[in-house]
Amino acid sequence: MSAFWEPLRRATPARIGLGRAGNAVPTSEVLAFGAAHAAARDAVHLPLDVDALVEALGGLGLGTPLVVASAAPDRATYLTRPDLGRVPGADLELGQDAADLALVVADGLSAEAVAQHAVPLLEHLLPLLDSTMTVAAPVVATQARVALGDHIGQALGARLVLVLIGERPGLSSSDSLGAYLTWDPRPGVLDSARNCVSNIRPPHGLDHATAARTIVSLVAGARELGATGVALKDGSFTGLLPDATTAATHDS
Amino acid sequence: MRYRHSLHGHGFEFDGLVEVLARATPLRSGDVLAGCAARSDTERMAARMVLADLPLSVFLEEQVVPAESDDVTRLILDTHDKEAFAPVSGLTVGAFREWLLDAAARRDTALLTAVAPGLTPEMVAAVSKIMRNQDLIAVAAATEVVTGFRTTMGLRGRLSTRLQPNHPTDDPAAVAASILDGLLLGSGDALIGINPASDNPGTVADLLRLLDDVRLCYEIPTQSCVLTHVTTTIDLIEAGLPVDLPFQSIGGTQGANEGFGVTLAMLAEADEAARSLGRGTVGDEVMYFETGQGSALSADAHLGTGGRPVDQQTLEARAYGVARAFRPFLVNTVVGFIGPEYLYDGKQIVRAGLEDHFCGKLLGVPMGVDVCYTNHAEADSDDMDTLLTLLGVAGCTYVMAVPGADDVMLGYQSTSFHDALYARQVLGKRPAPEFEEWLATVGLLDADGSVRDIDPAATVLKELAR
Repeated sequence: MSAFWEPLRRATPARIGLGRAGNAVPTSEVLAFGAAHAAARDAVHLPLDVDALVEALGGLGLGTPLVVASAAPDRATYLTRPDLGRVPGADLELGQDAADLALVVADGLSAEAVAQHAVPLLEHLLPLLDSTMTVAAPVVATQARVALGDHIGQALGARLVLVLIGERPGLSSSDSLGAYLTWDPRPGVLDSARNCVSNIRPPHGLDHATAARTIVSLVAGARELGATGVALKDGSFTGLLPDATTAATHDS
Repeated sequence: MRYRHSLHGHGFEFDGLVEVLARATPLRSGDVLAGCAARSDTERMAARMVLADLPLSVFLEEQVVPAESDDVTRLILDTHDKEAFAPVSGLTVGAFREWLLDAAARRDTALLTAVAPGLTPEMVAAVSKIMRNQDLIAVAAATEVVTGFRTTMGLRGRLSTRLQPNHPTDDPAAVAASILDGLLLGSGDALIGINPASDNPGTVADLLRLLDDVRLCYEIPTQSCVLTHVTTTIDLIEAGLPVDLPFQSIGGTQGANEGFGVTLAMLAEADEAARSLGRGTVGDEVMYFETGQGSALSADAHLGTGGRPVDQQTLEARAYGVARAFRPFLVNTVVGFIGPEYLYDGKQIVRAGLEDHFCGKLLGVPMGVDVCYTNHAEADSDDMDTLLTLLGVAGCTYVMAVPGADDVMLGYQSTSFHDALYARQVLGKRPAPEFEEWLATVGLLDADGSVRDIDPAATVLKELAR
């Protein structure tokens, strides 16, 4: 890269000053782009290592994790039928006592994000929760969209469900985790009734400790208000919340 | 009305135009998701045979989306030009395809321009469904839609670009660096247009000033846009900000537009407000619209007559019907942005891009295409190269130009500054004439019309790298 472009490249993640091979980009840039795309595609298509995740979640002391599959039988179906990713593949018999908070760890569009960030985030988050709260054993969900958590939360009799899910990978961000919080989970909840903390992806995005604090303040706000979503974001709890939170506007 | 057809010993029955159109559509995931796709290839061909035999006039009689509940249908019917329709009014959809191809073979651009106001989006969508890719390209290439603001768009032999210098936090220095890179590679003659990360009016205003300052400082004949909601833009015009082109995403049903938070009256207000500023020099078209197959379904606003799902391509053509009513400067179908649940792979994206371009142009809309894909679609740069090349052949007005094809704000891949240079090189295309003259002035234009590879530190533009 030329001396002219070097400081500019440091000032932006955009692929500027790539140089030219005729009218095309140089070979090194073609390969760098291909490598970034490969990482993003692998994040979408490589399956979640469920056994490893169950073992790691088991170490949190919340009981033995359960595993739930959505109605999407494979990745190709998952990608084309978001409706199937939102419902369980079989009747849910989770057999636990009612809890204040249900935790769902879902592959979503990036198993890599879940593998890297879900457990460290929960390790930061759990000690910050109000000690009177009961937390259900974590549920691992595969081929899952956010709304699958509504079914799981309802089956667990939970007042709140927190879904940690792999976000759609960008070209330079294949491991971004999203956290969706929903009050009174049940099938048919609108996306506008959730709160979302996105781009959990240290060191480039939100770090685990900050994300944990944000989620815990949302949990506290939701319990006080008896609601999540636009009401929580726009209501009297706004002052508690860093800018990273939004009312969910789309279904990952 | 029920339509019946037998093929290969199987009888098929279709309930109304909505179902015929949907079943006749080339396979795409969004129609499967909506539950309206053909259930077999044979059924799809049977539907196409039914469609080919329907008179074009049926689309004026049988509504795909009921007029009583949808203002887009009312707009389409109210603005239909019967006189322009007369030359094709007696044709079937199948005969109309042949009429179009005959006009294209004779390069009868005037005939295609004259018929446009007589065509409805549904007629155009219908004929596209029985056209092969080469038909879509041949007819689009013979069609011309010319518009103007500070540059002239849509002239034969030209291929323009929207320079898209997006940044995840709208950092002015980073945006300026991307603009510099794009200008040095000959991009930006259709537009320098930013998708802001924030829809905060203050941020939008800052970006508008930045773009206007750059344009004035280097005397660049182009136009700028910060893509924010049309009501925000109207407020900014009233506040005296330098707005060239109001932007809005639009869809093909009233419900889809409500999902975007817009009404037809708002679009008219924005058009009037921006035009009243008189900022254009070679023309006074001001509106910039974006569309894309699947937007109505994703807003759950895709149902038509009888409560049946309307296929996403027909609804997309209706979005061009909306655009046309406001004399846009540019329209952009963001073809692969929405994801694999609407367009699954490269084949579906390529087909949709050609359909959208054909339908828009035939309706008289200045069509550009965001040749793009997301990382969860089965598509890659090779598919984009294919679609870009095909669209260049089809006479596409403009494409997007993003640094290195990587939009670091929106998280998807589009076409790059380099891609535009490639397309111009292999197809013998040039930038818009006003912008080409400017490239010559700043020493970037080579004798053969290509863009010179020069040391940025030796150009007047280097000051953009502050």
